[in-house]
Amino acid sequence: MNGRLELWLFVAQRISAAVLAPLVLVHIATMIYVVQGGLSAAEILSRTQGSLWWAGFYGLFVAAAAVHGAIGLRTIIREMAPWTGGSLRLAAGVAAGVAAGVFGLSILVLGFRAVGALT
Amino acid sequence: MTVTIGPRNHPAYWAFVLHRVSGLALALFLPVHLYVLALAIDDAARLDRFLAWTEGPLVKAAEAGLVVLLAAHMAGGLRLLALEFLPWHEGQKARIAIGAGFAVAVGLAFLLNAF
Amino acid sequence: MDAAPSPEGELTVEIWRGGADGRFRTYRVPRRRNQTVLDAVTYVQRHIDPSLAYRFACRVGVCGSCAMTVNGAPRWTCRTRVERVARRGRVRVAPLRNLPIIRDLAVDMTPFFDKWARAKGHFVPSAAGTQGFAEVAPDSPERRAADAGVECIGCGICYAVCDVVAWNPDYVGPAALNRAWTLVNDVRDGDRAGHLAAAAAGAGCHACHSHQSCAEYCPTGLNPTASIAGLKRMAFVAALKGAP
Repeated sequence: MNGRLELWLFVAQRISAAVLAPLVLVHIATMIYVVQGGLSAAEILSRTQGSLWWAGFYGLFVAAAAVHGAIGLRTIIREMAPWTGGSLRLAAGVAAGVAAGVFGLSILVLGFRAVGALT
Repeated sequence: MTVTIGPRNHPAYWAFVLHRVSGLALALFLPVHLYVLALAIDDAARLDRFLAWTEGPLVKAAEAGLVVLLAAHMAGGLRLLALEFLPWHEGQKARIAIGAGFAVAVGLAFLLNAF
Repeated sequence: MDAAPSPEGELTVEIWRGGADGRFRTYRVPRRRNQTVLDAVTYVQRHIDPSLAYRFACRVGVCGSCAMTVNGAPRWTCRTRVERVARRGRVRVAPLRNLPIIRDLAVDMTPFFDKWARAKGHFVPSAAGTQGFAEVAPDSPERRAADAGVECIGCGICYAVCDVVAWNPDYVGPAALNRAWTLVNDVRDGDRAGHLAAAAAGAGCHACHSHQSCAEYCPTGLNPTASIAGLKRMAFVAALKGAP
């Protein structure tokens, strides 16, 4: 039993969710607005380049999504992988943690690269 | 001894299924989304070629599907935050319906603007 | 039990026989008016196969010992009338899910009560020497919250229907957490912080996904999901305040 780990992952999951909710709402509204008339690289860049606001917005988005997605994936793998009841559970739990960590880091790297490219 | 869908056939369980499926789909989509955006780093033309491909009706429909999943995951997440952090409310089923309605409305708004 | 057979004639009852690797066997039981699933199982044991193992005690929904899986859903068989659950004259009765099968319809409740203990589901008296009755206002929010577990009779239905228990064998489950929530809110208890810490440890309250199947199926009408949400909220705040 990993003592307090699950509690802290819950705390991180819910805080990142609370951060993401308003960001997603703005993201959805932006999508619906900009999808009119099609997208182009020039149009996207004209909106985002040099904008500290969008850089901060999407920087925070990427960080929160990395945390939120990683914890969620870890839970899904631990609960739904076929080894749930088997003797390999401990090793599998560690594997789920590693997979989640790799996912979170990938999102951070890809995400900040994208934010850097657009702003 | 497998238990069939039987005891799971109630709104809160379906809401969970939607939350899990949408969460997994969004997690798998996100790296692709970020990778494509970063194409603009060295070559805006590459991003443009990709964006031209997304103008096809099938891709637009798939995009709308992702928008619905995003809206559903957000609405479902807000419902769970309210469930866990506010005093218990008897209208849980109504909240599930409101979340589903919100997701569908967002998807329709996206489609109306996309075509 | 002496009611005349009803016009429908016979009921086909499929009953799980054996241990985890057992199988369903089919029995024919005469239908009776107001017959419960427990009546049908009892008929099989008394008239067809006396080796059938199952549990019951009170037959009126007080003791909680006759919980079984009826057509895929956990139920008190003494409070489940055949006419409500039979499909084309058939009923399928299996042992409760998520617990080791001893034999036939009897499960081993040990893991259920071990987890109850792990969630620290026992009252801790406050300082010795306390005299007189504790005064608890019936209207206070904590007293009302404590109602959650007071009515629980530990039948295990919520534990059997919970998918998180099935997916995560360490999860303590709805009943134990529901009980913990009562003690966390019991102003007479001497270690309320200890109850909260135990409920939040490991695969405790935070493993719950709010499927709400426990609330949907609790025969007593309790809502463990609401209790667990209360524990999550309280443990969240305690963690941020640096509680050990």
